[in-house]
Amino acid sequence: MKRVPMWRRYDHLHGPDTRADVRAELRFHLDCKTEELIAKGWSAAAARQEAESQFGNIRALERAGERIGEQMERRRRISEYAAEWLQDTRYTLRTLRNNPAFAGVAILVLALGVGLNAAVFSVVNTMLLRPLPFPKSQELVWFTAGKSLDAKTRVAGGLSGETYTVDVYREFQRNNRSFQSVTAFQTFYNSLQYKLTGVSEPKQLDAVEVAGNFFPTLGVVPVLGRNFTEEETLKGGRPAAILSYYFWKTEFAADPHVIGKTVSINTSPAAVNGPVTIVGVLPASFDFGAVFAPGKKVDLFVPAVMDFWKTWGNTLAVVGRLKPGVSVLRAQDEADRLFPQMKLQHKDWYYDYASDLSGLKNHVAGKLRRSLVVLWCAVGLILLIVCVNLSNLQLSRAATRSKEFAMRRALGAGRGRLIRQLLTESLILAFVGSAAGLAIGFGISYYLAHQTFIALPLLTTIHLDGASVFWTLLTAIALGILFGLAPALRISGTSIQEAIKDNAAGMASGRSHERFRSILVISEVSLACLLLVGAGLLLRSFLRVLDVDLGFNPAHAAAMQIDLPPAANKDQLIQRTQTLKAEIDRVAALPGVESVGIADMLPLDRNREWGLAAVGHYHAKDADTGALAYLVTPGYLQAMGMRLLEGRDFAWNDTPDHQPVIIINQSAARREWPGEDPVGKLAYATGNTPDRVIGVIADVRESALEQKSSPEIYVPMTQNSDVEGATLVVRSRIDSGALGVSMLTALRGLDPSQPATTLRPLQSLVDHSVSPRRFFVLLVTIFAALGILLAALGIYGVISYSVTQKTQEIGVRMALGATRGRVQRAVLAQTLRLAIAGLAAGTLASLGAARLIASLLFATSPWDPVAYAAMVGFLLAIALASGYFPAWRASRIQPMTALRSN
Amino acid sequence: MNKSRLELIRGTLDVLILKSLIWGPLHGYAITSLIRRQSDEALLVEEGTLYPALWRLENKGLVESEWGLSDNNRKAKYYSLTGEGRRHLRAETRIWQAYAEAVAKILGATEPPALETI
Repeated sequence: MKRVPMWRRYDHLHGPDTRADVRAELRFHLDCKTEELIAKGWSAAAARQEAESQFGNIRALERAGERIGEQMERRRRISEYAAEWLQDTRYTLRTLRNNPAFAGVAILVLALGVGLNAAVFSVVNTMLLRPLPFPKSQELVWFTAGKSLDAKTRVAGGLSGETYTVDVYREFQRNNRSFQSVTAFQTFYNSLQYKLTGVSEPKQLDAVEVAGNFFPTLGVVPVLGRNFTEEETLKGGRPAAILSYYFWKTEFAADPHVIGKTVSINTSPAAVNGPVTIVGVLPASFDFGAVFAPGKKVDLFVPAVMDFWKTWGNTLAVVGRLKPGVSVLRAQDEADRLFPQMKLQHKDWYYDYASDLSGLKNHVAGKLRRSLVVLWCAVGLILLIVCVNLSNLQLSRAATRSKEFAMRRALGAGRGRLIRQLLTESLILAFVGSAAGLAIGFGISYYLAHQTFIALPLLTTIHLDGASVFWTLLTAIALGILFGLAPALRISGTSIQEAIKDNAAGMASGRSHERFRSILVISEVSLACLLLVGAGLLLRSFLRVLDVDLGFNPAHAAAMQIDLPPAANKDQLIQRTQTLKAEIDRVAALPGVESVGIADMLPLDRNREWGLAAVGHYHAKDADTGALAYLVTPGYLQAMGMRLLEGRDFAWNDTPDHQPVIIINQSAARREWPGEDPVGKLAYATGNTPDRVIGVIADVRESALEQKSSPEIYVPMTQNSDVEGATLVVRSRIDSGALGVSMLTALRGLDPSQPATTLRPLQSLVDHSVSPRRFFVLLVTIFAALGILLAALGIYGVISYSVTQKTQEIGVRMALGATRGRVQRAVLAQTLRLAIAGLAAGTLASLGAARLIASLLFATSPWDPVAYAAMVGFLLAIALASGYFPAWRASRIQPMTALRSN
Repeated sequence: MNKSRLELIRGTLDVLILKSLIWGPLHGYAITSLIRRQSDEALLVEEGTLYPALWRLENKGLVESEWGLSDNNRKAKYYSLTGEGRRHLRAETRIWQAYAEAVAKILGATEPPALETI
């Protein structure tokens, strides 16, 4: 760009007038011509006429001149504007360099605010705004069965209450008209165990069985190889597997020739056995866990052989892809008609399977909407506080610069020009801060995406994308204008005379600055208040959740998945019992082990529903007789720390030849035998012969810490073979890492093919269950802490500035006999006034806003007095602390120096 | 006075204006008289074409203008070459000379060109 020469500026003194310029220029020419003609002897009048006639159409010429002139004028104005902008930028950079403390604090505060915003936006964007990572994902629909069951039964039914049998799935697939295709996957992932053998040491795999059309329906195309063929999904078909991208990278070193290789994957019970051919590798963008099972890492996918599963109960989760143009509502309409119709034709179905259909996205993230919105609001509050704080900083700087500005105005700078310069300053700060903030946001989202212990859907797919960067830039601009405008308007508005004679001794403008700054600080405190109350309530809920009586004791206990021999008949079951007993005995013999037991499923993990109906009691036809069933060995209850309230634990001699026995929980006892002692009573639970209740345990939180227990039955593995995998639980005070190794060695002594798995502390189950809550609490607490820090900074700034302003006044007072304590008290009182005003406003706002987060709270009122009291106390303490240093400084003022200075 | 009025070939005027400014800043009237005298009265630039051309050149940044005082102490707009204008003039002059030379060669020819040997 060409620099506009300095003299051009003076054009503005006259104001640009292209029309006059053109006229003057042409007139000069005419005059010269006329004079020349007169010199040649023409008469004045004739000369004039001749000159004009030579000119031709002078009007047209003038118009052309004006047009070009205006064009140039416009261009000049733009380039001048740019030059001024450059000038402002240079000036800003110079002043910021001269004031590194201010620049540093401002940029840091901005970076934190913007960084958190960018990170939270990337979370919100991924979970709420962005479509799922599938083509035309808005067509995908999730099916939740159990619409016709009442709410309590539905909760009690656990996973079984929401899933479908093979028959229902197939019938719906055949009869519906709304869907292009309907697919399913097996939700009881662990009922088939997969072991990778022959590569190195045996390794437990996480596999999911999916219907043959699962990937095509989702629109996921393997990056290598192909999808399952029809033949591979049939019973007796060639076993095939598709690897997840992650597994392919880690286990097969991203070998491009992996297709067609066979691996040995032993499964039990024997649906598939022997070599399995790898037929495909999925793209990195597909993360099964992220969408369908938060926190789960899947190694490979195998076809769900429907003919194998059709004799089982509700195990399939169903997903459909709508035909183009069909809405979820219309599909729901059809489903509402279709399911009861199908039930009429199939008397053997458990119930009608009426279903709730929801967009897959909504199913995945719908429950998080409120939490995320709250999070977004919290981070927005942070940004507001950042703005207020920066305004405050700008103002305090402006106070020392007021003379500079007055001088510039006196020299002819317009008010607009000054505002522009101040805004340039703010915008530059905002952009630098945002750049740093983007880096922070990138770091946070990268960190979040690599957390597997937080069970939130789609978390692994979080990244800062274009939308987040755009959002950040937008916030940066908004921030710059927001925090720059108020001070700019105020500073430029001060009258010249006042500013020049204002000698920092408490003149009117100084006072009004201070009042304005006080208002800023009060609003900062009240915003921090809001955040703090929110964080306090969420934190208290979180503690309440952690305080819940789980019904088992996760401390000093750990669990490990183990291999389970198949048991198709009674002899095999007896043999298996012996194996299990041997395993338990071996592990129990290890030093430091207190108790050991095996269960097929753990609480807070997966679950399945059977039934429980007391013999001899009347059960209405539609009465809820469901109960969650757990198959366990003797010693399991003790190893888990579950409390046996009555009766006895299972024993190894409860064999298939003896009376089948069960243990129930209190909820089950209350439902089936209200007011009676259930021990010794008979009930139908595991089959056609009644089981005898031999014990009652205290209720166990089985699905979530926040949810009350459902009726449960515990069935001995020694009598029942219907297991869903096996998990060995050990209670010991030894570190789980070391114990795991010695346990594995002990188990391999019995069964060399025992796959290598890790010993997970039971606490991890609890952690996993509360991780979404922990995640939100942590974030909101961090925001609150930041908010308080900023508010403290604001208070400190204002008080400290006012002490500086009043140095002389304080000096006079001290000279007149005020004690140090009195001066300190005065300053602290001023601090308290600000804090209390902010607290009052903030508390009122919180009382109103708390209702919005009520649904996120657990056993805590949104008006919980403890949270409010803690907030008030905490903020007051922070306010006093931030006012203390200026107060101390005030009390150290030497009267003589103060009076002499200035 | 025998004035052989030559029509200016399009595009020529710009170069002539630029050339006339090479001796120093001039106002519009002075430019016309300079061109007239320099061409021995052969070329006469009309005001109706001169000023639009001047303003165009200024708009393009090849000349710049400034108000000043004329010899007879009157306010006049003086035009002067910019660096850009100087460069433009050099390039245009080269093209013009090559062109004029070629045209002169053809028009002044006394015999047809020698046959090309293929």
